[in-house]
Parts: sequence; C-alpha cells; structure tokens
Amino acid sequence: MDKGKAVMGTGRRWAVEFSDQSTVPSSRDILDPPGFSRASPEQDDSATSRQKKDAEANWKLQKAWEVAQSPFKNLMMMGFMMWMAGNTVHLFSIGITFSALWQPISALQSVGKIFEPFKDNKVELLMPKLVFLALNLGGLALGIWKLNTLGLLPTHASDWVSSLAPPQEVEHSGGGFVFH
Amino acid sequence: MAIRVYLLFLLFLSSAIVTYSLYEDQAGLMDWHQRYIGKVKHAVFHTQKTGRKRVIVSTEENVVASLDLRLGEIFWRHVLGTKDAIDGVDIALGKYVITLSSEGSTLRAWNLPDGQMVWETSLHSAQQSKSLLSVPVNLKVDKDYPILVFGGGYLHAVSAIDGEVLWKKDFTAEGFEVQRVLQPPGSRIIYVLGFVNSAEAVVYQIDSKTGEVVSQKSMEFPGGFSGGISSVSSDKVVVLDSTRSILVTIIFLDGGISFQKTRISDLVEDSGNAEILSPLLTNMLAVKVNKRTIFVRVDGEGKLEVVDSLSDETAMSDSLPVADDQEAFASIHHEGSKIHLMVKLVNDLDTVLLKESIQMDQHRGRVHKVFVNNYIRTDRSNGFRALIVMEDHSLLLLQQGAIVWSREEGLASVTDVTTAELPVEKDGVSVSKVEHTLVDWLKGHVLKLKGSLLLASPEDVAAIQEMRLKSSGRSKLTRDHNGFRKLIIALTRAGKLFALHTGDGRIVWSMLLNSPSKSEACERPSGISLYQWQVPHHHAMDENPSVLVVGRCGSDSSAPGVLSFVDVYTGKEISSSDIGHSVVQVLPLPFTDETEQRLHLIADTNGHVHLYPKTSEALSIFEREFQNVYWYTVEADDGIIRGHAMKSSCSGETADKYCFTTRELWTVVFPSESEKIISTLTRKPNEVVHTQAKVNTDQDLLYKYVSKNLLFVATVSPKGAGEISSVTPEESALVVYLIDTITGRILHRLSHQGCQGPVHAVFSENWVVYHYFNLRAHKYEVTVVEIYDQSRAENKNVWKLILGKHNLTAPISSYSRPEVFTKSQSYFFAQSVKTIAVTSTAKGITSKQLLIGTIGDQILALDKRFVDPRRTLNPSQAEKEEGIIPLTDSLPIIPQSYITHSLKVEGLRGIITAPAKLESTTHVFAYGVDLFYTRLAPSKTYDSLTDDFSYALLLITIVALVAAIYITWVLSEKKELSEKWR
Repeated sequence: MDKGKAVMGTGRRWAVEFSDQSTVPSSRDILDPPGFSRASPEQDDSATSRQKKDAEANWKLQKAWEVAQSPFKNLMMMGFMMWMAGNTVHLFSIGITFSALWQPISALQSVGKIFEPFKDNKVELLMPKLVFLALNLGGLALGIWKLNTLGLLPTHASDWVSSLAPPQEVEHSGGGFVFH
Repeated sequence: MAIRVYLLFLLFLSSAIVTYSLYEDQAGLMDWHQRYIGKVKHAVFHTQKTGRKRVIVSTEENVVASLDLRLGEIFWRHVLGTKDAIDGVDIALGKYVITLSSEGSTLRAWNLPDGQMVWETSLHSAQQSKSLLSVPVNLKVDKDYPILVFGGGYLHAVSAIDGEVLWKKDFTAEGFEVQRVLQPPGSRIIYVLGFVNSAEAVVYQIDSKTGEVVSQKSMEFPGGFSGGISSVSSDKVVVLDSTRSILVTIIFLDGGISFQKTRISDLVEDSGNAEILSPLLTNMLAVKVNKRTIFVRVDGEGKLEVVDSLSDETAMSDSLPVADDQEAFASIHHEGSKIHLMVKLVNDLDTVLLKESIQMDQHRGRVHKVFVNNYIRTDRSNGFRALIVMEDHSLLLLQQGAIVWSREEGLASVTDVTTAELPVEKDGVSVSKVEHTLVDWLKGHVLKLKGSLLLASPEDVAAIQEMRLKSSGRSKLTRDHNGFRKLIIALTRAGKLFALHTGDGRIVWSMLLNSPSKSEACERPSGISLYQWQVPHHHAMDENPSVLVVGRCGSDSSAPGVLSFVDVYTGKEISSSDIGHSVVQVLPLPFTDETEQRLHLIADTNGHVHLYPKTSEALSIFEREFQNVYWYTVEADDGIIRGHAMKSSCSGETADKYCFTTRELWTVVFPSESEKIISTLTRKPNEVVHTQAKVNTDQDLLYKYVSKNLLFVATVSPKGAGEISSVTPEESALVVYLIDTITGRILHRLSHQGCQGPVHAVFSENWVVYHYFNLRAHKYEVTVVEIYDQSRAENKNVWKLILGKHNLTAPISSYSRPEVFTKSQSYFFAQSVKTIAVTSTAKGITSKQLLIGTIGDQILALDKRFVDPRRTLNPSQAEKEEGIIPLTDSLPIIPQSYITHSLKVEGLRGIITAPAKLESTTHVFAYGVDLFYTRLAPSKTYDSLTDDFSYALLLITIVALVAAIYITWVLSEKKELSEKWR
C-alpha cells in the first residue's frame, strides 16, 4: 500500500477541471448560442428538487427511526438467551452476559456514527437518538441485572463482609490439663 | 467481587475434585516415611548359622523386630498394641522368636527368618504379678521343648513347637511370686524359686514333664526382701533385704534352703542404699552402692567377696560363654568424649579380652545398656561385637573399635513437635546447581514429555523417577519461595531435640538437653513441651529463630523446672536456666517484644505465674495487658475447671518483679457421680481464620463465633469411662460443653445418651468435630458442632457495610455476653480413630480437610464438606452448586484419600499440620513409632503449576508457533511480490 502511495506522491500530476464555469459569463469568451437562456432551467427544476429533498428527508427519518428501534429486537433476543442460559455461573452464561453488556456499551459509544448517514438539516434526529439511547440503556440494565442474578455484583451484605477478618479479642487466656 | 469470583473459582475446583489422591509414581516425591523400633529393652543375637546375622530386639514401644547385624536395617518388625508390653523375648528351637507380653498373659512365637507368627497362646492369668519367661536350653520332654512362663499367679509350661499348654501350676492361693526358674543340667527336675509376700523364700522342685511338685521347701526371712535378685549359679541366688543394706545369699542345694547374710558395710566402707544390677554373671553379682558399682564374687559356700569396683556410669552386659568354659562380659564407661568398651572374663577380672575406645557424640548421652555377642575370628580368637543403647535411645553396633551402624531410635517416642523456618538464602551464596546445563535441562524435560505421552521405556521411567526425587533442590538448607522446605523440630521422650528437614526427612541437627557437660544442679531433666520462642520476621530479620523447651528436674510435678532456649539454625543451646519454681502450665501469650521473642507465662504449683523473658520490655508489655490475661486449669480427677485472673505482683522475700499472683474467678464443677472429664480441647493458638462470615446459598449471612477462648470439654458417666461396650447404653452418656475460658460461661451443652468415649476431637475456626462410640447403634459416630454469633447477625445492611458503618472489626470482649447459636449434625463412621487433626494454611482461605489417624495406623483425609451441618437429604440445585453433599448416614471412607497411601505409621500418636507459604499447601507430619511427612493441597494446587507440568511441551509449542509465524510471513511476502510483478 505504501508503495502505491509513494508512486502517486512523486508522480506527474495532471487534472481535468469538470466544474461548470458557465454561470460566470464574463469569464467566457464565447457567447451563449441564440435562444439559450442561462437562468431558466434552474427556476424550472427548483420545485422538483425540493420534492426530491423532502422525500429524502422523510426516508432518512424513517431509516433513523428504524435504526433507533433496532436494539429492541436485540433486547428481546438477549432476554431469551439469558433465560436459556440460566442462573448458574458457567462459560455460556458468562459469555451471554458479557455480550449483553458489551453490545449496548459499544452502541452507546458510537451513537453519533450510527446516525451520521441520516444527518440532515431538515431531519429531526433527537427523538430517534433518545429512543436508541433508552433502548440500549435498557439492554445494559438487563445485562447488569443478569450479572446480579448470577451473583457477580457486590449487592449483598455477604460480598462486603466476607473479606473482613475476624475481630480481635480483648482478653487472652490459656491453660488446660496440668502437666504430669 | 474479586473475592467472590475467587471463592466461586475455589468452589469449582473443590467440587470438581472430590478426593485427594496421587498416582503410583508420585508416591515418595513429596512424602517420606521413616521406620523405627524404639528404645531397646532386650536383645538376643542370632549369629550361629552361616546365614544372615541378625539380632532380635524388643523395645519400650512394644516392638519386636529383627535387625540386620551388618547394616542395622529392619528385616521384620511387629508393633504390638500399646497395652501389650513385652516382658521377655528369647529364641527357641533355633528358629522361633518367643515373646511374652501383656504381663505374662500372651505368648507368641514368630518365625525367625521372616517374622510370620507361628503360634499364639493366651495364658490364664488371675492376678497382677511380675512375669517371667524362661526358655530352657536343653530341656527336652517327650520330643517336646517346654517353655516356662510365669505370669498372673500361674506357672505354665508351653510347648515350643505348637504353643500348646503342657501343664500349669496355680500359685494364686499362696501368693507365690516366681523370681527364678533354674534348671540343673541333665535333670528333668526344675527348681522354681520365689517369694511369698516378700518375706518367705520358697523353692519348688517341679517335674518338668507333668508339672507335679516333687518337693517344696520354704523358709521365712525376718525383715523381708526387696525386689532385686541376682542368680549367680544353678543353686544360689543373691537378694537384697528390705532395708537395702544386707545381701542375702539363698542356697537351695538338695532341697534344703539356707540363708547367708552379708552386710554391705562389711564389703565397702561407706555404704548407702544398695541396688542389685541386672546383669547375669556366673558366680558373681554387680551391686550399685553409693554411686559405685562393685563386683561381688560368690564362692561355693555363699561367701561374698568384693573383687572390683567401678564408677557409677558404667554399663554392663550379661555374661556370655566364650571358649573353654569361660564366661565373659562387657562393660562400657565414659571418659570425656570417648567411651571405653572392655570385655573381661568373669572368673578372672584381670584378663581383658578386648579393649576399645570409640569417639562418641556428646549428644548421645550415656550408655544405658550393652548387649554383647562373640564371634570366632579367622585366627580362632574371640571377637566381640557390642550393641549399645544410649541415653537418647539410639542403638549402635560397635565392632573392631568403630561404630558399624547407628539407629536414631529416639524418634520413635516423639512427644512434642513444632516447625521452624530455614535460613534465607544469602545473596553471595550460590545456588547449588540442580540443572547443570541447558542441554541437561532439555533432556530432562524431553524425558518427562515422553513419560507423559506414554512413550517412555522402563529405563526412562526409572530415570524420570530418579530425576524427580533429586529435582528442585528439595533438600536444600535454605528457605524456598513456596515455603515447602521447613524444619520439623521434634522433642523426644529421652529429652533429645531433633530437627528434621521436610524435603527428605534427614536429621539436620540433634541435641540432647541433658548432655553430660551440663551443670550438676539438675541431674536428669525431662523435656515436657516445646514452644516457638522467637519467630523473626519484619524488623527482627537478623535474629535466628529459636525454640523454648520446658523441662523438669524430676518426675514429680512440684520438681523445679528447666528452660532451654535452642537456636533453630544451628541446633546449639543459646542458654538454659534452672528457674527455681515448678512448672504446671505454660501459657504462650499473643505478644512479642522488639526482637520477636514471644512472651510466655509459666504457672507453678502455688498458683503463681512467672513471666518470661525476664526483661523490662516484656514486663511493660505484660503490664499493659495485665487485666486481659487469664488462665484456666482442668482438674480431670476432681471434675473441676477453674478460671484465674492476674491479681498482683508476688510478695515475699524470694519474689521478683516477674512473678504474679492470681485469683480464682470462676469454677465449673461437674457432678462427680454422673460426669467425668475425658477430653478437653482448644483451638490452635496460631491458626489463621480468613473471614468471620459464612455465606449460605441464598446470600444469607451467618457470623462465625471465632474465639480463641473457647474450651471444648467432653465428659462421660464414670461407668462409661472404661472399655468400649463395658456398659449398657442406659448407663452411659456423653456430654460435650463449649466453655468460655474468660468468664466460665457455658455457651453450649450437648448430651449424647447411650454413648461412650474415648473422644477424639478437633477444634478449628468455629467448629468442633468429635468422634465417639454409640452404644445403641454399636457404631462409632462423628458429630460436628458449628458455633455462630447471633448478636452480630443484624449487620446485614449493604449500604452500612459499604460505608464501613459497622462494628464487625471492633475488638470484642467475652464480657459483652455474645449470644451464640449452634448447628450440629452426626454421622456414623466405620473406623476407630487414634487421633484427628485438621489442615492449616497460611491465610485460611483454602478449604479444610480433617486428617483422621485410623486404628490401622493410616491417615485418612476427609473433606470438611462431609461434616457440614447444612447437609440435607435433598439439597436444592443451588446448594448442590455450592458443593453441599446429600446427607448420608455414614461418612464415606474413600481408599484413594488415605494420604499415607500404602504406608503405615505404626503406633500413630499424633498428627501436626503447619502452613506452607503457598496458600494452597499445608505440611502434615505424623508421628508414632514411625514418622511420616507429606505435603497436602486440600483444594489442589490452584495457585501454582504442578511439579509434573511439562515446560518442554510449552516451550516446544511456543517455538513451533514462532516458527510458523515466521514461515507464513515469508510466504506471504513472496506471494505479494509475485502478485505485484504480474
């Protein structure tokens, strides 16, 4: 890959200018042909392009909502898997639980990226984002709940006491049978 | 959370592995076993035949054994029971070893070459009496060779061939005690000489064929006899009278008895109490008077005449016939660090047949016994070999001026054991090279790999085994990272201290406490117990650790005590002191001074306690804790337990400031008509408990009542204190108590109706497991009692615990009256038990195993999970996952969980456990007549790789992977290049 880049970097350059400079008549030496009106097509197209843009925005919003709701399916599936895995600690249940925790977290991290394609001035993305967040947080909560049911969260008194050493005793005594 | 995961992990491991067991080739890798016989009482040589030369010995540990005379190895050995003391041993018919035991009531014959029992005869015994075994050399009655045995008031003649009783004579009515059985050569009449009530000498002439009394003569001796007797010839014996100042020669020639009195003061000038010594010498006897040993010759008329006198510390052998109707005997006396062995003719004390001087280790003490045996040298002269028993019970064979072999038989009577660390490896000291070069190392591992892949040939297997035994420097004399190498300090009954290496069991050093160089003030101190005096760590690293041996100057409990401080690294005595007061109890306190010396209180018979070490620093530490130190005594005979507190400094002119008086605080009196104390037990003072909480399946919390001031007491009805099944179930009851030794409060009482001792118990953390006999079920039972603290049970709020708002770590006092409750459960156990111990680890995290010394002298490791009061018939799923075993009526005995595998620790008396540095591992040392040591990992070694982990396999895998990565990289480069050129 590097070699390719290197070739491109040091090689000869040439460019074709495709941009239309026709909107600037003064720069042109050649006159427009007779009967050609420079302004008219733009005015004509404006109605259709707006329509097109509206449709696109609608489509984007729809897609955004779809994406926002997609964790719900995931959530359902996770719930089912968790129920299948049972409440004992073994490889399967641990794997399920950690994937259930990881998925929402990674999704939450990349909220911006996921909704990037639907970014538009006209599309209100706040609601889909919020729904997406809520659903993922729900997934996260489900994972944490599962973690707790597996007994891996320190939510019981036993978790905090089991590391406490026995208390010191104030009095000391010794003795026993008399030596014979 | 980490702890939870850790615990779960542990639990997994422990539930996955139900039993501890090892493979055949692992035996002897971590464990060692040493066989002993004990202090020799009698020895009979068997050297006539041209086969293997051997000596038959019987010992104070009730062992009869046959030893190889060349090497001192045991050919065969039998350990009789503790109540089956051997009274006599002899060889009959040249092929049987005859032993008389149990006060003359059991006679056994063992095959001389292999030690198999040929016959056993129980002899009738009516009363307690002295017992006597006599194997006449050339007495033959109708093709039979009778053995004459006196014991229990009966004289028996037993056939040597099959052990049948030929005849018996009842002497119980007369109260006749046989002293000597004499047999004039060539006659079928035997003379039986004895005393009636120690005042009348009686001689019976008995027909050896029928047992009929041919004639009986008796004669009263005014004043009476004392015990000592010496038979000097076939018609004369010499005894001491009851005042111990007159020697009486009894002549019973031709059916008549006559006495001849000789005052000892006529023989020697300054006479005191005399004592007849045991050696059998012809026409001569040895008498100990006034710390001198005098030889007295007896002539034909019974006249006595002193022929020689020796110093007190001379040991002598019996006389033995040498050529030309001569008899010789051996004597050994000390001179400096040498011993002198002399063999002289009995008739002519000036003729010295042999004189040898041998350098002797000071720490063997004095010679106690000598047994001598002769052989014919190539030049037809007599050679002698002497078997000697030393003060430290060791057994040595001397021949041609050298010690041929020696056996440390003191280790057969270990009384107390502790452990000590080895020195830290110094920087400058290079590690002894275990694996020499990389090639050797690789070779070794390739061999191991072959072994694990089952490719090894028998020679390879042998090589692997040898390598394992030598490997990892397990017998080095420095501390190792895992704490596997330690010293076991053992105190023996002879008062000798041994340091054994855990790696291979060799004796690193040994030290006799009462070595002859010591002061005269305390002549024969006997060791009582052993304590860790100084265990340096942290700031006192430069000090050597030391142990404290508490001894006593006599057998009486009021005799003054002796303290001896011994350096553990060197085995040298740092100091010793006669402390000038008696020792009834030693209380190690949980405080140490600047140099890590532990404070000890020693209680005397007056109820005073003395503080050691006697330094002002120790005194200030003790005075700080003065109010909090208590002391209790168990008076088993009276059924009383008393608690004492410190009161004040001693007053009186002899008192020093380290002496304190005590006052009685409480007494627990058991009704003497219904309860008798048979066993008490406390927790080990150095036990480490990891946590105070016990978590149940449903995350429920129980707080353990972990207190060092708890005393477990077991009592039985006085009727039930005897043998098992000697009472009916209605008459016997076993009651166990848990008593707080600070306040005397009885925390728990549990009564077992129809049960009986002996009780063997083990107390650890918050539980007691004890073993007893159930008379109704005719089975042994094991009961577990777990103690929980009710008053802390309220501490269950998570937030309070998270924020640390609890009082769980605050110091507790017994005066705060903790409310406790107990859980208990009982199980049947199929075996009779000699002792129980429990594993102990460095942090107390690893699950525990009970180590049960069974009646078969083996040690069974039983998981604590089997004695868990939470066991139910149908545990729930969650309980099963936690490792709770369904309840069964009896505890399983899994053959693989015998940690002694195929070995036996004969005469097992005690099991000691000590933690290694590695949390998973514990040292186990069992002692009896034999010694056994092993390392145990109750939950397997979860914190280290096992010894047989194949490093070679790992290495090969890594190398192969690296090579594969390199090769694929090269290949991919090539491919890429060719792609580019296309």
